[in-house]
Amino acid sequence: MSTFDTIPQTKKEIFTEILLRLADDRLILGHRLSEWAGHGPELEEDLALANIALDMIGHSSALYEYAAKLDNKPDEDHYAYFRDDIDFKNIALVELPKGDFAFTIARQFLFSSFSYFLYKDLTDTIDDEEFNGMLQKHFKEIKYHLRHSREWVLRLGDGTEESRRRIQHAFDELWMYTGEMFEMDKTFELATENRFYTDVLKWQIDWKEFINTTLEEATLIVPDYDQYMFTGARAGRHTEYLGFLLSQMQFLRRSYPDAEWK
Amino acid sequence: MDTQKQLDDFQKRIDNGETIEPKDWMPERYRKQLVRMMSQHAHSEIVGMLPEGNWITRAPSLKRKMVLLAKVQDEAGHGLYLYSGTETLGVRRKELIEDYIYGNAKYSSIFNYPTLTYADICVIGWLVDGAAIVNQTMLAKSSYGPYARANLRICKEESFHKKQGYEMLAKMASGTPDQKKMAQDAVNRWWWPTLMMFGPNDSDSPNSAELIKWGVKTKTNDELRQHFVDRSVMEAEAIGITLPDPDLTYNEETGHWDFGDIPWDEFWSVVKGDGPMNRERIKARRKAYEEGEWVRKAAKEYAHKKSLEKAS
Repeated sequence: MSTFDTIPQTKKEIFTEILLRLADDRLILGHRLSEWAGHGPELEEDLALANIALDMIGHSSALYEYAAKLDNKPDEDHYAYFRDDIDFKNIALVELPKGDFAFTIARQFLFSSFSYFLYKDLTDTIDDEEFNGMLQKHFKEIKYHLRHSREWVLRLGDGTEESRRRIQHAFDELWMYTGEMFEMDKTFELATENRFYTDVLKWQIDWKEFINTTLEEATLIVPDYDQYMFTGARAGRHTEYLGFLLSQMQFLRRSYPDAEWK
Repeated sequence: MDTQKQLDDFQKRIDNGETIEPKDWMPERYRKQLVRMMSQHAHSEIVGMLPEGNWITRAPSLKRKMVLLAKVQDEAGHGLYLYSGTETLGVRRKELIEDYIYGNAKYSSIFNYPTLTYADICVIGWLVDGAAIVNQTMLAKSSYGPYARANLRICKEESFHKKQGYEMLAKMASGTPDQKKMAQDAVNRWWWPTLMMFGPNDSDSPNSAELIKWGVKTKTNDELRQHFVDRSVMEAEAIGITLPDPDLTYNEETGHWDFGDIPWDEFWSVVKGDGPMNRERIKARRKAYEEGEWVRKAAKEYAHKKSLEKAS
């Protein structure tokens, strides 16, 4: 068995693993969004994208902090700065380069809509009070992220010829990375049994319905759900993009690990 | 043409400390000066996002990453309400933006310097935002209402940025030898350009007298600069940072700190476009603007379609 396939055994290990999976998704996507700062198509979007990036990195930081407490690690930065790509547990969707504005919006819409259904379910399911409280707080912000990206999907889809072409292309490119959101591996199953996670397949059909409705309203073609789907990132088998992202994110902290940076 | 009576009445209002609002009568020259100042201020906020944004993806802790992102976000916000404020004077944001990315409109020259290490981010917070606060505290009392109110709001946020930058710089200045080196190096590079932020000496500042007469400004460039130097000397000392000016001495008579000659040749050269990052900054803003055009068009087209649907 490779290290990738290690299955957490104790409740504490399972819980920590879930916190890290959620946190990694949010840190990496937050990083991609933060690359827009100062380069957005208009001032309002510089503001909105920075705001969403800030929320997502904030969510990840809170989740890491909780994981550090359970896992006896020094702090949230331990996870963000001192792990290599094979130890990151995020799905591949979030690590792809930011692309053009259409790509950023399409990805955000796919991720935020998934997060919306997930957090709605988790806030009803999770027994752990601190975790649940955190999710409830973040859920409020996710609603805004979803509204923002959904409105832009409509604008770009039903805007000009060029914007429709670009956002359609973005969805087509992103589609093969949506499968990982709904993968229920052994860890997720164990976590669901222990009420640290939930069976996302329960509402996959509702998510699809929501995606279909929005894309149709945006006059876009819904790509084929039954196509090749990328897999393996949760277990550390990432795309080649993640290593470069991490080398940028971590270089300063790792170059001077003994210095105080907080 | 503005009549003498109008000008006299206007001056009376200013002298009485009244605030001028968008619908009030104002001399054409007053309007022009404000459009120039407010839009330059707005452009500076926007261009300022670039040197700082340069470190968001590399910030050394999640906390510092969030602090920096929030700061850059605040700057976009400042730009937004400064442009809105300028629009009350009858100009459009689009024209103003195109004036600086394709034309000759200026923004603060300080942003034409590169951020080489993370310490630069701390120094921008401490010195650059600190200098901006000195200037904006005065402008918060400006005679033009929308500009005064915008500055009041901006000052509150800038004070927070300054505090965050200063605190982190203090940590670096008392940290490891590498951190100390970065902190001192950043101060060495940013100190003189920061002093230039207040503009030329009063004797070389053609706009000052008029702006003071109209209550847009209440203090001269040199007065503001002196206030900033006095404050910075103490702040630097408190965290063990040396300001790179051997002539810095306390003057018992004036109660102020005397400082050395500001390299004005460098200032004018950067103002004219020949600074280390001028071309890069404009190129980056132009790229964002041009690459965003299809997005703005789509939004406009969509809004148009929706309004037609609503009407029918």
